[in-house]
Amino acid sequence: MCRLAFWSMSLQCWDDALVSALVGWPPWLEASVQHSSQFWMANMYSKGTKRKFFDSVDAAMDNKAALYSRQRQSLLDMSLIKLQLCHMLVEPNMCRSVLIANTVRHIREEMTHDGSWQLVTEAFGGSGPSDHLVATEVLCRSSALEQQGGGPKLYSVMGYDGCREEEVVTDEALCSVTFSDGAPSLLGTIDHCWDRAELRMAAVENRVIKDSGSEVESGEGAKTVMGQVFGTFEIKNVAPGSDLALEELFSAVDASYYDLDTMLTSIQSTPKMGPYNLLDSMASSHGPTSNSSCRTDLSELDHIMEIIVGS
Amino acid sequence: MLHCRESARFLPEVTLGIQAKEFNLGFIRPESVSHADIISTVEFNHSGELLATGDKGGRVVIFQQELESKNQPLCRGEYNVYSTFQSHEPEFDYLKSLEIEEKINKIRWLPQKNAAQFLLSTNDKTIKLWKISERDKRPEGYNLKEEDGRYRDPTTVTTLRVPVFHPMDLMVEASPRRVFANAHTYHINSISVNSDCETYLSADDLRINLWNLEITDRSFNIVDIKPANMEELTEVITAAEFHPNQCNTFVYSSSKGTIRLCDMRASALCDQHSKLFEEPEDPSNRSFFSEIISSISDVKFSHSGRYMMTRDYLTVKIWDLNMESRPVETYQVHEYLRSKLCSLYENDCIFDKFECCWNGNDSVVMTGSYNNFFRMFDRGYRQDVTLEASRESSKPRSVLKPRKVCTGGKRKKDEISVDSLDFNKKILHTAWHPQDNIIAVATTNNLYIFQDRL
Repeated sequence: MCRLAFWSMSLQCWDDALVSALVGWPPWLEASVQHSSQFWMANMYSKGTKRKFFDSVDAAMDNKAALYSRQRQSLLDMSLIKLQLCHMLVEPNMCRSVLIANTVRHIREEMTHDGSWQLVTEAFGGSGPSDHLVATEVLCRSSALEQQGGGPKLYSVMGYDGCREEEVVTDEALCSVTFSDGAPSLLGTIDHCWDRAELRMAAVENRVIKDSGSEVESGEGAKTVMGQVFGTFEIKNVAPGSDLALEELFSAVDASYYDLDTMLTSIQSTPKMGPYNLLDSMASSHGPTSNSSCRTDLSELDHIMEIIVGS
Repeated sequence: MLHCRESARFLPEVTLGIQAKEFNLGFIRPESVSHADIISTVEFNHSGELLATGDKGGRVVIFQQELESKNQPLCRGEYNVYSTFQSHEPEFDYLKSLEIEEKINKIRWLPQKNAAQFLLSTNDKTIKLWKISERDKRPEGYNLKEEDGRYRDPTTVTTLRVPVFHPMDLMVEASPRRVFANAHTYHINSISVNSDCETYLSADDLRINLWNLEITDRSFNIVDIKPANMEELTEVITAAEFHPNQCNTFVYSSSKGTIRLCDMRASALCDQHSKLFEEPEDPSNRSFFSEIISSISDVKFSHSGRYMMTRDYLTVKIWDLNMESRPVETYQVHEYLRSKLCSLYENDCIFDKFECCWNGNDSVVMTGSYNNFFRMFDRGYRQDVTLEASRESSKPRSVLKPRKVCTGGKRKKDEISVDSLDFNKKILHTAWHPQDNIIAVATTNNLYIFQDRL
């Protein structure tokens, strides 16, 4: 199936997920992601023993607290990536998602207590990392992540037979966070969500640079790594000229998005707010103006992707 | 593929030799070991004569125990394939653009009331009631039809005869009698038939519904832990079960390691529990993974109804229903994994959901582990044993050897070190015959049936 070929992810095993997620990626990327994973593994195994596995550069850090902080950071990174990877063809396991999200929250609480979370906040110029956790959720189909105020709103609707409820994630906060430069709302929403591969590549690229040897103090390390991870989810204020190709691509996508959506899903007669109403509002607000209810149905975006790539 | 050999008792004080039989669920498609053959549930019926397995491909395979033969008076009957049918098909949820897997999450048998057998099987969204019946006679000698089914010209009929039943080869038919659909937004993880034999519950991640077996278009919601704001969700339901004797009582477990016992007489919506079972956390063992490993993957009442057993990642706990503060017994399944939690988190094995089961008289409990090991704990003798379900260990006329995992230091002969364990070979599903010492153990796509000698 085109979709599988394009995203090709599985949650059976982290290794499998890495391998299959890397199908179609360039070899240098594959190597770097696996390198990160092995580096992390080496860290974990070396906990409590002599740090034989560390980079010679890092051997300078003799501080046990620094080691703990680094391991905690790695755990946070991995948890966030796990949440990202949970978007697949089949609805992800909610129990697993909730447990990973709780782990992230736990780490964040601890980091808040010892002050390292503040560094992250400052690094992003005041917009809290919670906003970036918002972004995490959007990329993860599961609606089970904790959010702080201003996170995505969820609408419960009665389904077609009256017995079902459908949860729809809307990322109002996401829209409001991500656009500050008047870029089309649709651009921001879709960009953030559909081009995960490209963004993840960027994150890993940054990580490679980091791992390959700069001296990093624990605080800064936390800051930069979290910046990289969260940076994948944030749409930066792009210079107008730099994403022309992307914008052109999106403008081509837009019309077909709604056609496909209409085609794929049956129109509901329920008067309550449903995903289709949101899409309608997106259609009507298509353009540079509206930041309001933006629905991100990632799998439908995948459909779009296939069509574009396939053609 | 099929082995049968001499046997002895299970428990460690006598020689362990088990009469073993191994089924490869790929026998229907022997040319490939496919994903669809992964066994996802195993369940004996109430008499133990039938054993049902469900797999990832939505199939149900039922094994039947043969009657004891006169040739081998010391052996109980063997289990052979009795019926196979496709219970669930993959579906596509067009609203969410997601696939609905056909994997059978749970099978529960109904108590037998007549010649036919009934079972409930469920995937993530839909529960089905199946009737399994035998046909071993067929009528012959119709007046208006020929033997091959063609209709006769009525004008040629000159005499009348009464059709008679003639024996035929046994045919086992499975037909869906009820389909209980569209009641769960989230993935169904448990079903449990009430002792009143009229109702049953189905539990998903956030809700538990009560059904009447006769009524498919309605169910009552009895537990709802969905928060008003989904952003505040931190806990999900992981398993639920009705009490074996009290038709008003059920329990459900959560991902935070708590078990709630509810009484349906108290109120229509059982969000307020009657009892909350939770063990205080051990502060010395606290880590970032504490919550994950405390998540309960299975809860089972004892046959007596006085105790319940819970399985979390590293332990099996026995609770007395009269004491909520802590379990009465705790058994370590694979404590040597505690130092490996980081890598088990990385490869997702820490989220594996192991099941557990009681033996017929509640004296022994059993659960699975990795490397195709499974563990039994004798509550009375305070002994435990690790056994392996594998082709090598099931050779004819050999005993089932206890296995040991070496946790550190020098590895003795026949021990296996923790780092050599195969985490892809996991035994998640086990079942124990309701009366006899017969167990069914499911590896990834093989089913092993072990029994001891009478």
